[in-house]
Order: sequence, then C-alpha cells, then structure tokens
Amino acid sequence: MVDSKKSWKAWLYLSPAIVLLLIFTVWPIFNTIRMAFLENYNFYGGMNGVTFKFGLGNFMQVVTYKNFVTCLTNTLLLCVLTVPISTLLALVIAVCLNAIKPFQRLLQTIFFLPYVTNSIAIGMVFAAMFNMIGTAYGTQNELIVTSGIINNVIEFFGGDRINWINTGSTKLANMIVLVIYIVWNALPFKILVLLGGLQSVNKQYYEAAKVDGTSRLRTFTRITVPLLSPMITYVVITGFIGGFKEYSSIVGVFGDDMGPTGTNKPLNTMVGYIYDSLRNNLPGRASAAALILFAIIFVVTMLNLYISKKNTHY
Amino acid sequence: MTQQSIQTMSDRDMQKVNVRQRIVKIIVQVLLYAFLIVMALIIVFPFYFMIISSVKELAEYKLPVQTLWPNKIVLYNYVEAFNTAHLGRLFMNTLYVGVVSTVLSLVITVLTAFAFARLEFKGKNAMFAALLATMMIPGELFTITNYQTVSNFLGLKTLGMQMGSAALKDMGDWKNSFTVLIVPFLVSVFYIYLLRQNFLQIPNELYLAAKVDGTSDIKYLWKVMIPLALPTLISITILKMMGAWNSYMWPLLVANDEAHNLITNGLRNAFTTTAGDVNIPVQMAAVAIVSAPLFLVFIFLRKYIMKGVSRSGIKG
Repeated sequence: MVDSKKSWKAWLYLSPAIVLLLIFTVWPIFNTIRMAFLENYNFYGGMNGVTFKFGLGNFMQVVTYKNFVTCLTNTLLLCVLTVPISTLLALVIAVCLNAIKPFQRLLQTIFFLPYVTNSIAIGMVFAAMFNMIGTAYGTQNELIVTSGIINNVIEFFGGDRINWINTGSTKLANMIVLVIYIVWNALPFKILVLLGGLQSVNKQYYEAAKVDGTSRLRTFTRITVPLLSPMITYVVITGFIGGFKEYSSIVGVFGDDMGPTGTNKPLNTMVGYIYDSLRNNLPGRASAAALILFAIIFVVTMLNLYISKKNTHY
Repeated sequence: MTQQSIQTMSDRDMQKVNVRQRIVKIIVQVLLYAFLIVMALIIVFPFYFMIISSVKELAEYKLPVQTLWPNKIVLYNYVEAFNTAHLGRLFMNTLYVGVVSTVLSLVITVLTAFAFARLEFKGKNAMFAALLATMMIPGELFTITNYQTVSNFLGLKTLGMQMGSAALKDMGDWKNSFTVLIVPFLVSVFYIYLLRQNFLQIPNELYLAAKVDGTSDIKYLWKVMIPLALPTLISITILKMMGAWNSYMWPLLVANDEAHNLITNGLRNAFTTTAGDVNIPVQMAAVAIVSAPLFLVFIFLRKYIMKGVSRSGIKG
C-alpha cells in the first residue's frame, strides 16, 4: 500500500517535466522524422489538412541542392581544422599549467575567460580586429583608411596586409579567421577538462619515469597522453559535436550574410542550412537535413569511441 | 686512493649533477612561464582590443596604424551604443526571460531529480535511460517541430480561424511573446541528471529518518536536500541565465519583434554589418556592455561555473 501511494506521488512530481517533455522533446522526434519523409511538406498545408505523399523527396532535394554541398564541406572543414588544433593546443597549455606553481590559479582563470562570452558579441570583436576600414577594396578606386589591428601587426613584421573579411576576400582568408575564432572560443573548456584530468593522475608514474631517467618528451607521450586518454576522447567528441553544430560564431563574425558583404552565404553550415530551410517554409527539407546532421554526429561519435577504446590504456 | 678520497669525488660529482639539474629545471620553468604568458596575452587581447576601441574617438580609431592605448579617452560611444541598440529594453527583456525561466526550471528540475533519486515507481530506470538518450540528438531537430508547435499550439490557431474566434487563434499562436521564449526550454535533461547525481550522494538514512519522524516529502526536500545540493543548484542557475543571455536562433525565429527581442538578437540587429566602413568604437562599446554582466558573474561565481561546465561540454 505504501508503495502504491509513493508511486502515485512520484508521478505527481514528474508530471510537469513529463508534460513538457512530451510536447517539446518526444513529439518533435516523431514529427521531424515524419515531416522528413513527406514530400514537399509545408506548414500551411500541414495546418489545413493537406495530405502529402510519402517518399524520399526531401532527402533527394537536400543532397542534390548545390548550396547544401557547400554547407556540408564548410562544416566538415571547420571540424577537421578546429578540433585537432584546439585539442593539441589545450593539451600543451594544460600540461604547462600543471607544471607550474605560482600564478597557476591566475593563469587558469585567464584561460577560462573566453568561455564566459557571448559568441555573437565577441565574433563582432574578431571582425573588428580583422576588418579594413575603407571602401572598394580590390577595385580601381581602391581606398583603404585603416588596415585593421591584425594587418598592422603583419605590416609591422614586414608582411603585406591581407583582405580577411571584407568584400572581395578569399574563402581561405575567411576560413582562417573563423578557425582562429573558433579555436580561441573552444580552448577554455578543453583546458579545464584536461587540467582536471592531469591533476588527478597518480604522481607515482612520474616518479618512476624520473628514476628510470626517461626524457620529458617520452614521459609526455608514454605516460601523460595515455593516462589522459579518457579526457582527450571526451573533449574530442564534444568538440566534434560542437563543430558540426557550428553556426553562431559565423553569424558573429560575418552577420546573417554568412560571408563577406555581397556574397551568397559562402560560409554557411549545416545548421545554417536547416534554419534557412525552416525560414523559407520548407520544414520537410529542414527535417531531412536535421536527420542527416544527426546521422553524421552519431557516426562520428561512435567512430571516436571505437578508436579511443582501441587506444585507451588504463 | 683511500676510501675517503673516493667518497669526496663522488660527492663532488653528485653536486655537479645537482647543479646541472637545477639549471635545467630553472630554464624549463622560465620557458613554461614565457609560453603561458604569451598564450594568455593572445587569449586576453580581443577583450583588451574591445575595451580600448570602445573609448576611442572615431578619428583616432581610423588612424592608419592603431594605437595600443587611446590618446584621448571618451565615453560617449557607450551612450550612443546604448541608444542605438535600445540596450535598456533588451536588458530588461533578457533579465525577465532569464529569471522566470530559471525559477520555473529549478522547480521542475528539483521535483524530477527528487523523484528519480529517492522515490520508487515502475519503469524508473528505463525512463531515465530514455531521458539521457535524448541528449544525443542535436537541438535543431527539436527546433523544427517546436517552431510548428508554437505557431499553432494543439491546432488551436487553425480551429480559431475556422470558427472565426480571435481568442482561440491567439491561444494557438505563441509567436512574439515571452511564453514562447520560456516554456519550450523549461526541462533540461542535463540539469536533471546533474541534480539527481547530487541527490544520490545524500545518504538515504536521512530520508528514512525523516519519514519516521513524519516529515513530508516536500518539507524534507526543502529542509535537507536543497541546502545540501545548493552548489549544483547555483551552477544550474548560472548556466541557465547564461543560456538566456546567449540564445540567438530560437528568439530570432519566433520572437524577433522589438517588444520581445533578447540581447543577442538586438545586438546583431542593431549592427548588421561588421566589415567595411562602420563605426567600430560604438560597436565595441555595445559589445562591452553586453559582455559586462557575464564577466561580473564569472568573477564572483567562478567556482560554480567551472564545476558545472566541466561536466557538461555545452554552452548555456
């Protein structure tokens, strides 16, 4: 009797969460899959009881759409570039932080700062740093007033200024700016996790290595990295997941144009594509793209777990 | 050679090795600090750039080679930024959405986590596993349907249109309201998970003792569980507030009118272009104003943020 009373109470406590989850989490899973398989589905027709043909049309439209390939390659490129760079850099910084005593706390706090930011707002700061003030770059009546602080630095070291983000800039230059910004933004979380891992490593391993006269590099590759492998796996997986969902950093730097002014979204990503489809009243296509994104994230996560399982040493 | 001279020779050798080791150690330490300080300067530079640019006159900002310290410090950029972007209204909107959604979200999270940690009911473990599984799905997948849901809640809008009832139509259309910014995100599986783990660490004997004393569940929750889990609740509060502060896409989709605009959208809408000939000092002042609350929270509550974050891997 007590049990049944308790169980009744449990459902009462759970009820607000269950109601909200049913509406905003469970139903969307089914409905998004449904919309993805209904050809040319749109909200207006859906509301007014129009029936749609079942089929793979949305998926075909997505994969054959020219801009989708751009979005997919941009997303993949950003992932493949930013995850290894930020992980490696974070690892080096974490190991260095772990090896010092005075000011460790202070430096750790400084390295965490980029985390507590608004990615749109700070994207605007990066845009300002790379921006050249002036007009008509690359045309005959070229007129540049300021080359921007980054170009000032490049010029100081004797290089030529580069058109990073303004009209007429190359995609390579745009990508470099995004990679720098995303890595800067991704470092704090990775450093935090890796440093936490390092601080819990048993000191005896290092003492044993010292007694054996093992070199620093060998200690790093043979002791530190293997013992940290669970944390490294964790930051790589979360890094890839975040990377595949990259969107707001690009809006921050380039605005809603997703590219230099006057271009047609050359830097758009998968998530950007999903939102564009949604805003153009093409929910079927958006759903199909979201399912493809989910499939990619799922496969990459599993792949990461598989690789790390093979290489994890305890 | 006598025994003694061998002894002193090896002593001298040992000393030599020690000195060498110490020198290597010092050099390594110097290199470590040099590397870390250079990296820290690179990390901090964008913030520094933002602040110095926000207090420069436009003419000074436009010098061919930028100054690393303003020749003349002016504050009018802040006034202009505040007015151009209607930051006052945006602040109030964001604060309202942030506070209401945090309070409601905390209540729901506490009740749910308590049920999962302390109460017994059928299918508890299966349900919890299913909840955790939803964390793998990218949020965009939910957004598409949720956009449809809030445009025509339970089909009420269609019904209202068919029956010619404006009241019914309004009930179905949540767009451009604060409700639409708050309700869909009240339940976070991650927060439930975090708090449940924390609740599980509190010994069950306390609960049984309270039962024997005839204390009600709610009273026990309020008097024992919540105080003991306070650090986790603070972490959740901060992450939730940061989420409201940083949310961009959902508000852009469903509530992009002036009355309900949140801070990030307002900022982006007010300064649509970032490249070319734009008044960057004013932009930087606006960015500084938007970033300031986050930094203040960080300075005072660093411990809780870092604890919550290291377990999540997600922003907001």
